[in-house]
Amino acid sequence: MKFIISLFLIAILSFAACLFLPWWCIALVAFLVLAFIPQRPLLAFLCGFFAVGLLWAVLSFYISSKNEHLLAHKVSLLILNMDNPLFLIIITAFIGGLVAGMGALTASFMRRPVPVEA
Amino acid sequence: MRIIPFVVCALLTLALIVTFNSKLLLPAPLGKLLAPQEGVWQNAEPAGYDFSADLKFQSLKGKVEVYFDDRLVPHVFAEQENDVYFVQGYLHAKFRLWQMDLQTLSAAGRASEVVGDIALNHDREFRRLGMVFAAENSLKMMETDPVIKASCDAYTAGVNAYIHSLTAATLPLEYKLIGYRPEAWSNLRTALFLKYMSYDLAAHENDFEMTNAQQYFSASDFSLLYPAIQDSLDPIIPRGTVYGAPSITPVIPAAADSLYFKEPVTVEEANTPDKDNGSNNWAVSGSKTASGEPILCNDPHLGLNLPSLWYEMQLSTPTFNAYGASFPGSPSVIIGFNDSTAFGFTNGGRDVRDYFEITFKDDSRQEYWFDSSWQKTTFRYEEIMIAGKPTFIDTVAYTVFGPVMFDKSYSGKRTGNKKNYAVRWKAHDPSNELIIFNKLNHADNYSDYQEAVVNLHTPGQNCVFATKSGDIAIRTQGEWPAKWQGQGDFIMPGFDSSYMWQGMIPDAETPFQYNPERGFVSSANQRPADATYPYYLGREYPTPRGLIINRRLEAMQQVTPKDMMNLQTDNYNVFAEMAMPIFLKNIRTTALNSNEKKFYDLLRNWNLRNDPDSKGATVFVELWGKFKGEVFDDEFANAPQPVLRPFESTLLEGVLKDPAYKFIDNINTATVETLEDISTTAFKKAVLDLKIPDAARKLEWALFKGTSVNHLAKIPAFSRKNLYIGGGNNIINATKQNHGPSWRMVLSLTAETEAYGIYPGGQSGNPGSRFYDNFVDDWAAGKYYTLWMMTKDQNTDSRVKWKMTFSPS
Repeated sequence: MKFIISLFLIAILSFAACLFLPWWCIALVAFLVLAFIPQRPLLAFLCGFFAVGLLWAVLSFYISSKNEHLLAHKVSLLILNMDNPLFLIIITAFIGGLVAGMGALTASFMRRPVPVEA
Repeated sequence: MRIIPFVVCALLTLALIVTFNSKLLLPAPLGKLLAPQEGVWQNAEPAGYDFSADLKFQSLKGKVEVYFDDRLVPHVFAEQENDVYFVQGYLHAKFRLWQMDLQTLSAAGRASEVVGDIALNHDREFRRLGMVFAAENSLKMMETDPVIKASCDAYTAGVNAYIHSLTAATLPLEYKLIGYRPEAWSNLRTALFLKYMSYDLAAHENDFEMTNAQQYFSASDFSLLYPAIQDSLDPIIPRGTVYGAPSITPVIPAAADSLYFKEPVTVEEANTPDKDNGSNNWAVSGSKTASGEPILCNDPHLGLNLPSLWYEMQLSTPTFNAYGASFPGSPSVIIGFNDSTAFGFTNGGRDVRDYFEITFKDDSRQEYWFDSSWQKTTFRYEEIMIAGKPTFIDTVAYTVFGPVMFDKSYSGKRTGNKKNYAVRWKAHDPSNELIIFNKLNHADNYSDYQEAVVNLHTPGQNCVFATKSGDIAIRTQGEWPAKWQGQGDFIMPGFDSSYMWQGMIPDAETPFQYNPERGFVSSANQRPADATYPYYLGREYPTPRGLIINRRLEAMQQVTPKDMMNLQTDNYNVFAEMAMPIFLKNIRTTALNSNEKKFYDLLRNWNLRNDPDSKGATVFVELWGKFKGEVFDDEFANAPQPVLRPFESTLLEGVLKDPAYKFIDNINTATVETLEDISTTAFKKAVLDLKIPDAARKLEWALFKGTSVNHLAKIPAFSRKNLYIGGGNNIINATKQNHGPSWRMVLSLTAETEAYGIYPGGQSGNPGSRFYDNFVDDWAAGKYYTLWMMTKDQNTDSRVKWKMTFSPS
């Protein structure tokens, strides 16, 4: 349950923060959420990773489909050297997920190991 | 707290952020670029994007309404004249900011600020040519004209209003990819843009190349290789026109012939404008049209880029209503029409950039020898900022001629040069080119046109004009130096004022035509007048396009706009028409093997048209290239570089006139080669080179040529490659690999103007917009769009898709 709540919190707060702050605020958001809702390191990482990974996947996919993937075709050719909009979306999600996951993981080491819940 | 994992993770997170936010490890800041709310995804314009908006700006005097049609062409209706320029600036910036910024940074010799020291030579050369000096001189004059000052101020305010509205997310795509931000626009930027056009159109010369040729070849060979006039010339102003006595007779310095230099030049420009920059324009009078009203046509041939140099728009105020192609970077419509008249341009192409050899007293460059005494130079300190490197300071000496462009510290592409060459460029002189477009946008009749175009100093243009009252006209306009025969074809001595330009040809002596009997006027960059024109016009003009255009127009009656579109897109190769008999007569078919025979049949059966599917055209073009080599490679093998090869028409006419043309013989062999020998050798070599394209099934002309419209930063994914389009060099449809008709326009001046046009691009400069390149395929297919001169009461017309309003706040 904690996992689900933190996941949604990170996603929503990341979206809101990115309206005003540079993209890397996602690491800060994930860190803060996990600082308040502590979890074991692996779960913390996965929580941050999937929260922002999914958020960025959904956002970029939504933007790209409205654009009929016109730009994604071109930018994937430019950046990835292959014409593959979906892969560009996956890379986008992975970068967001990785940075947020690491922010969350960092927070998980702020406390002693969380005892296994009964 | 588990301190060690915490610190390690925190550092790792930071390292990831830095990696994804910079170019330290990755070639691009991938996180910043791909973050959906900030990076390039934000430039993915929704296919159904709504361009409508309500905007308020302090600097507006009245209301402005902008209606966008389905091609995203804005129709701007302003209550106040200058507001129209504010909105034009705003829209140029909204749709084309990056290109305006890039082109003017480049013009100012500031490209290194963006791309680093790979552009340093470019920047030094532009500074040393005096691009900024020239723009500053022009700006001073522009700003003394209250009309132009006001329009530029409004335009600049409009551009800046848009720039100030940008956020990290809305920044144009290229800024994000390259990683910089636009700076504020200024009137100087507009002046720089116009100098950029002057560079493109009026900086072409071959002074170094000709100097080397002159010192290498004998006088008789030289005049054979570089004649002043081609026999096939059909000048802009027809042969037989009588010119009055010149009011200026430039005096040839006594030592002119002997003082041309006997040592090779060892500098070479790092940048040269494309020698193919040219155009077609013509106007046909009502006596030759089906409607009885004039038709005006223009297609400027320039580098083909995305975003395009052109932005289509309508500007409407209580004092004028103009439609056409505008330059992002400059106010007004540049090529187009208004309610009473139409106007277009082709490049004049005369040599207005000459070099003078300077002798400095010593290495301090503070004094130079001129008219028997030491004269003081002045210095201009050019600070070139370089991304990631310390600023480079280039100290440029200025003389009575202009800046010393080449010296010990800078010799372009070459090294080891010890000489100093000052450049005298007409574009250095103060001038106010913007007034021409302003006045043409307002013009009602022929005298308005005359009053407008006389202001055109540089780049000189053949200005075509037509009115609804039935007038047609052309003027070979520009402020041209009155040169003695051959002046400025070579480097001149810089110690003697008698070698300087001695005056400008008075405007009253500009060749022009007004309602000529033949019922049309035309220009295609050919020599403006024949040899009876009393001033020296230089040597380098392309001849064939003018020839075929005039031949076609001469034969046409009852002309319709459709006929004119067919003419603009005509792929007939008049140059091949003249050259083919040489090959068909002289290639020894008995010496050909079966494979060569196959290619020979393609050539023999060719219909002389460079149509996209023509294989014969490919064989001819390849053969002509090899033929040129067979004739001249031996003579030029040891010539000092850079050197100019003879023009194609010179070779063609040389061989046509004299089958034993002197240069046919290969000077490196004991035998004397004949025209048959070299035609056959050239053909065999051509076939050898065509093997690969043949095997790859790329023998069709369009596939072989591979026309592309390249992104300005040469990003392949943002470019359009391998367009299926015919045409080429010396053809009315002058579409080469990355160069060609950058805007095609046909205007029939009937009561309601029937207007057609297209350019290879799209209205939006954003590669993420469906309007980025949506005209390209239609352009390649030779189609035209109907240009809609909208009236304000048509604002409910189904063609109107979006509306922007601009009001004073």
